[in-house]
Amino acid sequence: MAVIVPESLESALAALTAYPDAAVLAGGTDLMVEVNDGRRPLTRVVAVGRVPELTGIRVDGATVVIGAATTFAQLERDPVAELVPALAYAARTVGSPQIRNAATIGGNVATASPAGDALPVLVALGASVEIAGGNRRRLVPIADYFTGPKRSVLDAGELVVAVQVPVLRGAQDYLKVGVRNAMVIAVASLAIAVDLEARRVGIGLGSVGPTPLAAPEACSWVASRARWRSDGVEVADEDVVEFGERVAGAARPIDDHRGTARYRRHAVSVMARRALRRCTR
Amino acid sequence: MSVEVGTRTAGGIGQRAIRPDGVAKVRGEFAFAGDLWAEGMLWGQALRSPHPSARIRGIDVGPALLITGVHAVLTADDVPVNRYGLEHRDQAVLAGDVVRYAGEPVAIVAADHPDTARRACAAIVVDYEVLAPLVDPGLSQSVERPIHPDGNVFRDLVIRRGNPDSRGPVVVEGDYEIGMQDQAFMGPEAGLASPAADGGVDLVVSTQWLHNDRDQVADCLGLAPELVRLTLGGVGGAFGAREDVSLHIHACLLAVRTGRPVKIVYSRTESFLGHVHRHPARIWMRHTARPNGEIVSVESRILLDGGAYRSSSYHVTANAACFAAGPYRVPNALVHAIAVRTNNPPCGAMRGFGVVQSCFAHEAQMDLLASACGLDPVEVRLRNALAPGDELLTGQRIEGALPVAEVIRACAALPLPAPAVDDVLARPGGAGRTAGARDVRRGVGFAVGFKNLMYAEGYMDGSVARCRIDGGVVTIACAAAEVGQGFVTLVQQIARTVLDVDDVIVAPADTDMGSAGSTSASRQTMMSGGAVEKVCRAARAELERRAGGDEVDIAALTAREPVDVTEEYHHRLTHPLDADGQGDAHVSFACAAHRAVVDVDPELGLVRVVHLATSQDVGRVLNPLQVTGQIEGGIAQGVGLAVMEELIVEGGQVRNASFTDYLIPTALDAPTVDAVLIEEPEPGAPFGAKGVGEPPTISSTPAIVAAIRDATDAACTRVPVRPRDLVP
Repeated sequence: MAVIVPESLESALAALTAYPDAAVLAGGTDLMVEVNDGRRPLTRVVAVGRVPELTGIRVDGATVVIGAATTFAQLERDPVAELVPALAYAARTVGSPQIRNAATIGGNVATASPAGDALPVLVALGASVEIAGGNRRRLVPIADYFTGPKRSVLDAGELVVAVQVPVLRGAQDYLKVGVRNAMVIAVASLAIAVDLEARRVGIGLGSVGPTPLAAPEACSWVASRARWRSDGVEVADEDVVEFGERVAGAARPIDDHRGTARYRRHAVSVMARRALRRCTR
Repeated sequence: MSVEVGTRTAGGIGQRAIRPDGVAKVRGEFAFAGDLWAEGMLWGQALRSPHPSARIRGIDVGPALLITGVHAVLTADDVPVNRYGLEHRDQAVLAGDVVRYAGEPVAIVAADHPDTARRACAAIVVDYEVLAPLVDPGLSQSVERPIHPDGNVFRDLVIRRGNPDSRGPVVVEGDYEIGMQDQAFMGPEAGLASPAADGGVDLVVSTQWLHNDRDQVADCLGLAPELVRLTLGGVGGAFGAREDVSLHIHACLLAVRTGRPVKIVYSRTESFLGHVHRHPARIWMRHTARPNGEIVSVESRILLDGGAYRSSSYHVTANAACFAAGPYRVPNALVHAIAVRTNNPPCGAMRGFGVVQSCFAHEAQMDLLASACGLDPVEVRLRNALAPGDELLTGQRIEGALPVAEVIRACAALPLPAPAVDDVLARPGGAGRTAGARDVRRGVGFAVGFKNLMYAEGYMDGSVARCRIDGGVVTIACAAAEVGQGFVTLVQQIARTVLDVDDVIVAPADTDMGSAGSTSASRQTMMSGGAVEKVCRAARAELERRAGGDEVDIAALTAREPVDVTEEYHHRLTHPLDADGQGDAHVSFACAAHRAVVDVDPELGLVRVVHLATSQDVGRVLNPLQVTGQIEGGIAQGVGLAVMEELIVEGGQVRNASFTDYLIPTALDAPTVDAVLIEEPEPGAPFGAKGVGEPPTISSTPAIVAAIRDATDAACTRVPVRPRDLVP
C-alpha cells in the first residue's frame, strides 16, 4: 500500500488526478470503519491532513467558509458555535470526543451518508460545497450535491475543499434521535434555521431518506403563516402542529435495523414541532 | 445487619486492595491475548458460512492454496475428531456436510499476514445447497425432521410443587419476551498456538475455563491431554461468552499442521458471530394470590431459543425454571421450561444464566399483583419474601443466608435522587437535544431477584490451589481465569490475611496444575477463594510446625526448604432434579433489590436511566472496591438489556454485528448508583463471602422497565424497550 502525503492543494489534486481510485484520508473515521470491516481494500491512500488550503475557518461577509479539514471538535467551539449554532449542536452529537477530534466536516460531506450529522444543518441553511479537481473549481449548492445514499456529484479525482455556510440572523437548532444518549447513529435528525432577514424557515432532515432532505413545502407554508418581526417570529400553536405534519410528509423513511419508517416519520413530526417552538415564540 | 470486616493486615480481607493488574490496564500497558506475538508466527482465519442452513456439496480449497503466503487450508477432513461442545459434543470444529447457523466455521487458513489469510478465505469455493432455515423456536418441535441428529430439544423440564391446581382469588398473567443480548466484551477472542517438540501444542488464549478447553482441544486433535498445555492470555471481559471454545481448536490444528506458531484474533464482527449469546425467551406467567397479596400459585411456560448447538442450554433451562417465581414463597407451582434448537446463532452462558429472562417476567407479574391487590410494589414483595428455612420451587430448603426482606428494605430506604436538573444533556436524548424540560416524565420502579451460586444438579465441583513459600516469598498458583472480575486481587488479600505477609505473587494460570473450574456462576470467590484460603492455612500450619512454638519467621523458616503445598476445595454435594423438578440441586443463593429512576420522553420514546439504588446480599465483603465495581458494571449491563442491547436476527442472519449498531451504554447512559451491601456470612464459604457478579444484572433490568411503565403507562412486556414501543 502506498501513502501519499501532499503538502499543498495543488499536489493533492495532482495525486488524485494520477490515481483517481486512491482513497482520500482525512480523519479516517468513515474510511477506517470500511477498511476494518474488510469492505474497502486499500491500495493507495492520499492523506490530506497536511494540505493547508483545507484548514481554517474564515468569515467572508455574510458567509462563513469552513475548511474541509475542520474537525467536529473545532465546529463545537467559536466562531462556529456563535455564528452557526446548529452546526455546533450537530457536531456535539458526532461519536465520542476522540472521534470528534479526528472526524472532519469535509469527510462528512464527501461520504454523503444520509445519516451524516452535519448534513441536515447544511441543507437547512442552504450551504454550498467548494469542490476542486484537476484544474476545475466549482461551487455546488447543497440542494444539488447529493445524488443517492453515500453518493454525490463529487467525482473521482475531486476533493471537497470547504463548505460555505450563510451566517443568518435568527434562531437555529439541531435535534437528533438515537437509541443511546450519545455516540449513536441518527435514527432521525432535524436541523432548523430561521432567517429573519429573508423571512424564511429552513429545515434539513437526516436518516429519513436516501439523502439528507429538505422540506421546502412545509417551510414556505410556515413562513407564510408566521408573524414576522424584526427581532423574532411568531407561529400559532395549531400551525406548529401542522408544520410538524408537513415536515414529516417530506420524509421518505424506510424500515431497517435501527428503526421503523413509521417511528421515523413520527419522530420527524415531533422534532419539527419542538424545533419550531424553540425558534419562535 | 453487619459483621465485623477487615483485618490488621495491610491489603488483607475486607480492604480496598488495588488490583495487581490495575495500573497496567489503566495505562494501556497490560498485555491482552490480542497482543501475543511469537517469532515466525502465522495468522489464522476462519471462513464462516453465510447461510443459516445449508448442505455443503463440496469445498474447493485449491484457489486459496495458490495464494503466495498461504501455509495451510484445513477443512472438516483435516480434523482428527470433528466434534466438540461445552457440555455435550454436538458441534463440528469445521462443518463437514451441513451448516446450521450463519457464521459456522467451514474452513481455516494459516498465512503470513492477516490480509493474506482473509484473501485466502475469500478464494475458497464452497458449494452450498441452501436450505430454508428454522428460525422460529415455536416451530422447532413440530418440524418434520430435526435439524440435528441429536434432536431439536435441548431440555424439557417441568417443576411441580404443591397442588398446581390451587388458585387464589386474585389472578394476574402476562406474556413476556426477552431479546438476544450479547456479552459485548471489549477484548475480542484471541489466542496463540505453538507446536511443541513432544508432538503436543501450547496454547495461550483468553478464556473462562482452561481445563475444559484443554480437554476439548486434546479430544479434537486426538492428543493425550498432557500434550495440550493451555496458559491464560490477558482477558478483556467474558460474561459467559468465553465458556465455549472459539478459536482454540482452529489455532492448534493450524499450528500442528504448519509446525509454526499461529495467532488468531477475531474482528469485532467475527466476535459477534463467533460466540454464544444470551437466550432469547418467550415467557407466559400466571400468578394467583390472596387479596392481601400472598402468592397462592405460579404457573409458567418458558421457551428458550438455544440456536444451532447445545452449549449450556441444558443448564440455562434449569435456572430459568428453578428461579422462575423469584425470591418469593410459592406453595404451588407448575413451571414448564424448554430450550430448543433452531438455525439462529447458538446461545449459551451470559451473566445471570437463564435467571435474567425469568426475572424480567416474574417482576412484571409482581407489579401486576401489587396493582391488583392495591399494594405498594415494595410491600407485595416483602409479604412474599423468601427467608432461610423456606422452600424453593424445587422443594429445596434454604439453609444458608438469604436476606431477601433485608435487601428489599435497605434498597427501598435509600434516598431518591434530586429532581431533574435543567440541562439538555441530562435529559432523555442527551446530546441529541431532543427533549425540553416539559417533554420529560419521571418514573420509579422496583425489582428483586435471586440466583444460585456455583454449579448445580449434582455436579462435582472443585478448585485446586498451590502455595509455595521460598525464602519468605509467597507464590500462589491457581488455574482460575482472571477475566477482569478481580480474582487476582482476592488471591493476594486472602494470602496476606492468612499468612500475615505483605507481598504475594500470583502465578500465571495454566493447565500444569489441577482445574479451578470455570470463571462463571459467581463461583470463583467461593470455589477458588476457598482453595486459596485452604492452601494458605495448610502452609501456615506447616510454618507453625517448623517454628515449633516459636514466633513464625517466614523467611527463616523457608530459607533452606521451601513450603510447597497443594489443596483442593469442594462445596457440599448437590443432587439432580427428579421427574417433578424437585431436589436439592443448588449450593447457595444470593439476592439483590434494585430501585430505578428513569426520565422518559414519552412522545419520542426515549429513556434516560437516572439513578439505580440497590442493595445486595454479599455474604461478606472481601473487597469493597471490587464489589462496587461488579455492582456498577452489572447494572450497566442491566441498563443495556432494558433499553438498547439486542442482537437483531432476521432469517437467521445477525443484522447488527458491530459496535456501530449493537449499542451498549456510554457514560451518558449509565446511571448514578447507590449501593448498600448486606453482610450475612454464608456458612461454608471462605470468610462467609458470596459471589457478587451476577445479581446486579438480574433485577436491574426489570426495575428499569417498571420505572418506564410508571412514567408512561406503556405495557413494556418486551426488552429491550425500543423507542417505537413507547410512542402512541
